[in-house]
Amino acid sequence: MKPAAFEYHRPESAAEAISLLDELGEEAKPLAGGQSLVSLMNMRLGRPEHLVDINRCAEMDYVRLEDGELRIGALARQRRVELEPAVGLACPLLTKALAFVGHPTIRNRGTICGSLAHADSAAEVPAVAVALGASLVARGAEGERVIEASQFFRGLFTTALAPGELLVEARFPSLQGWGTAFLEFARRHGDFAIAGVAVALRVEGGRVAEARLGLAGVASGPVRAVRAEAALAGEAPSPQLFREAAELAVQDCDPVADIHGSVSYRRQLVRVLVRRALEQVA
Amino acid sequence: MRIQLDVNGQHHVREVEPRRLLLDFLRDDLGLTGTHAGCEHGVCGACTIEMEGMAVRSCLLFAVQADGSRLRTVEGLAKGGTLDPLQQAISDQHGLQCGFCTPGVLMAALDLLRINPSPTEAEVRAAMSGNLCRCTGYEGIVQAVLQCRAL
Repeated sequence: MKPAAFEYHRPESAAEAISLLDELGEEAKPLAGGQSLVSLMNMRLGRPEHLVDINRCAEMDYVRLEDGELRIGALARQRRVELEPAVGLACPLLTKALAFVGHPTIRNRGTICGSLAHADSAAEVPAVAVALGASLVARGAEGERVIEASQFFRGLFTTALAPGELLVEARFPSLQGWGTAFLEFARRHGDFAIAGVAVALRVEGGRVAEARLGLAGVASGPVRAVRAEAALAGEAPSPQLFREAAELAVQDCDPVADIHGSVSYRRQLVRVLVRRALEQVA
Repeated sequence: MRIQLDVNGQHHVREVEPRRLLLDFLRDDLGLTGTHAGCEHGVCGACTIEMEGMAVRSCLLFAVQADGSRLRTVEGLAKGGTLDPLQQAISDQHGLQCGFCTPGVLMAALDLLRINPSPTEAEVRAAMSGNLCRCTGYEGIVQAVLQCRAL
């Protein structure tokens, strides 16, 4: 349970970090909170030759509202985002989801961008990102590009980030006036989700104007349940409607069996959690 | 790499390999064995310490990352032979049996009380969920944290 040797780099600015990552290429990993990376290194499941520790790049430690978006820098810790009142107002779904991410001590170090870049299929933040259509800003030596969350996740622990690129900012749309809920089932509080659901609904004049639904733990990456969303749009909320939407969400997911649950068990969790989340919101 | 840091008010300068975990640095290099090595992948909470006033897992940090930081470990809690109120409460409420999880429990509970001085029982349970006790002593731990709430 000790990590293999690596070379340690400690840049003082984002520019310096990106030029190091560019120079070192595929053999380098950025180290932010390290709550997933160091654990993998301890188990020798990860053996990067170089670590680029971005923890001294203070300019990337920010959370701010800009152009109706919540902009979260690469160094913003999950705990800080969770406790930030402005986040609770602008993007309550994120606040609710963060309560399920590991434990407070983990969230004291772990970052939002790190969770997105790590892309664990059972993680909560990626499910919120796909549900809300977050924009993810990747910066490399060539400059910046903005990647839609739906295009960012490419399967198990795989993202659209190129070697040398750093996820420098995550942008979540501010959804004021929406109802939101995050529910998940795990064996123990703080474990990764066996299944998790993120729901945001905007109800106007007694009808669902818009619905957003993200799922965690039930495919090789986070899932946006588009069929369920379409079925909800324009309809009056009712127990029957929610049951139908939950059934469609089950079809949208593609779970794999593991020691924690079979495929049909995970589908059943999606069915129940989606229905409960919708009932909670409506 | 040469690092310098403050642990429980004492200044240390040491040469460390980058792969040295902060946990092992504290235990093996500084001899502060109060911080316990449990799962070594961030699950059990036994290695929880305070870095710059915030509870962190010392098994998920490299010692080089703590360069220039102020740390507090369980050894820094009691003052001149007087237990910290939370340590006293753990004792009063029988919040430990074998004591392996206790250093981490203390540091995590202090972090909770720092952010939320009057937590509800549910909040205490949620906050302490990251510290595993295999003697099934959770009831006493929860009662001890509740005893330390600001009134």
